[in-house]
Amino acid sequence: MSDSVATESMIRLVEVTKRYPNTPADAVRPLSMEIRRGEFVVFVGPSGCGKTTMLRMINRLIEPTAGQIWIDGRDVTHTDPDELRRHIGYVIQQVGLMPHMSVARNISLVPEMLGWDKRRTAARVDELLDLVGLEPGTFRARYPKQLSGGQQQRVGVARALAADPPLMLMDEPFGAIDPIARDRLQDEFLALQERIRKTIVFVTHDIDEALKLGDRIAIFAEGSRLAQFDTPREILSRPADDFVRSFIGERAAIRLLSVVTVGEVAGRAPATDRPGEALSAQPEEPVSAVLDRMLTQNRQILEVGGKRVLAQDLLFASTGDRQDPA
Amino acid sequence: MSMVAVNQAEEPKAGSRWILPLIVVLLVAAVAGYIAGAELDSIESRALEASNIVEKTWQHVRLVLVSTAVVIALGVPLGIVLSRRWARFVRPPVLLVANAGQAVPSVGILVLLAIAVGVGFRMAVVALVAYALLPILRNTIVGLQQVDPAVIDAARGMGMSPARLLWKVELPLAVPVMLAGIRVALILNVGVATLATFTNAGGLGDLIEGGIATNRMPVLAVGCALTIALALLVDWLAGTAERALSPKGI
Repeated sequence: MSDSVATESMIRLVEVTKRYPNTPADAVRPLSMEIRRGEFVVFVGPSGCGKTTMLRMINRLIEPTAGQIWIDGRDVTHTDPDELRRHIGYVIQQVGLMPHMSVARNISLVPEMLGWDKRRTAARVDELLDLVGLEPGTFRARYPKQLSGGQQQRVGVARALAADPPLMLMDEPFGAIDPIARDRLQDEFLALQERIRKTIVFVTHDIDEALKLGDRIAIFAEGSRLAQFDTPREILSRPADDFVRSFIGERAAIRLLSVVTVGEVAGRAPATDRPGEALSAQPEEPVSAVLDRMLTQNRQILEVGGKRVLAQDLLFASTGDRQDPA
Repeated sequence: MSMVAVNQAEEPKAGSRWILPLIVVLLVAAVAGYIAGAELDSIESRALEASNIVEKTWQHVRLVLVSTAVVIALGVPLGIVLSRRWARFVRPPVLLVANAGQAVPSVGILVLLAIAVGVGFRMAVVALVAYALLPILRNTIVGLQQVDPAVIDAARGMGMSPARLLWKVELPLAVPVMLAGIRVALILNVGVATLATFTNAGGLGDLIEGGIATNRMPVLAVGCALTIALALLVDWLAGTAERALSPKGI
């Protein structure tokens, strides 16, 4: 991919379609979509909506029936698929570590195929283990069955990052992990993404996970209809249709509180001159986290960026621009 | 359709691994002691001469080794081909033929081959191969098919070519099941090779058959005891190889 032109768009899908032989309907209806460099996009929808098929068409594990796939400014619809996949990270729910290879060898697989020398690969393995929070000395020589589910998926992520691909495809990577470990992995993964700034396409059926992780979310309805493709905030405050509204479920306004930051909301809320001890917060903190602290510490006033705002004004300013299409 | 041998359950403890060779040693020692101590007539003593026993045993071992080598050379590649997705339509008929090879009594194949083609070492090998093909073929296919689909998906998703996937992932992961099949084939062949005497290919079957024909119990008993000892020894060696060759981590 060295001959690619630097471009804002990392993935461009043009009318990509999948129909299996002897079936009456498309598994994926013609879909066009553009994903920007460094963007974290989540495909979410009920099972059978074609989101995984769509993901697997990006690295051509499933060959599209029609349409074009552009990655990093290059049409890869008909290039060598193995070569293509070596430059795209791939993480799946079942992890799929090679059980007969040590952690280090699992991570080395792609660098090996790309012809890296041993020393460079070994250094990269240690670097990646550190990156995903596994101590290299402890874990390098272990076999997959000696790891917990969460540790296995950390190795899975490290393996996908091995050759430093600009793009990662992740198919429900945290779906098989228990809720507590999943929450921690999500947080760590977000922090990791802050540092490495990959373009990520992430599939899940869990709308909460989508809202938490995605810069933008593509909500698919039955029959592979793309119902809405927008930021979590837009989706929560302006759901495109009934399907989206029912999919994000009941408490959209409450959920919005974890998507908006106190900085932007405090700007819209009126200042107060009521006396009393205020809780101070950073502007980039989500409203939900700050409210939680205010409730537990029994403060009615928030101070952010030198402005004092009442809790109730903060609340209504957070969800004020929300509208339900009637 | 049976004969998928999977070994996992019985992983012997370090100490008990030596029980089998010990039995073999005791058996052979008992045979030697019996021959040395028994009163033998001229037919018996000729049949039980040390040089004759060594020769028959060597013929037997050679039959087993050659036929197993041939059946591995045929069965493993064929099994790999049949395990591929594009070969799924030819899989049932081939397995049917292999199944028939095992269902038909070996004596039948041997005699028919002897009538049709002639006698000797080669004919005996052909019959043994026909008999032992199924476990190797089937275990190769099953071994490859039981590889976790998620592992294959991950390997393909990181850009492994089909050939690399086969060599680096599928075959190593299938090795334990394939080795179990080879072990079954070897043991079957030790037993069936006793029938090679009927095509004049020698082996311990000569002692057994000769003992029956001449009504000499000691000769028959020695032939049987040595066949048992050989089968046990081969099983032990194959089991040891299985443990040594199975990849770590699984």
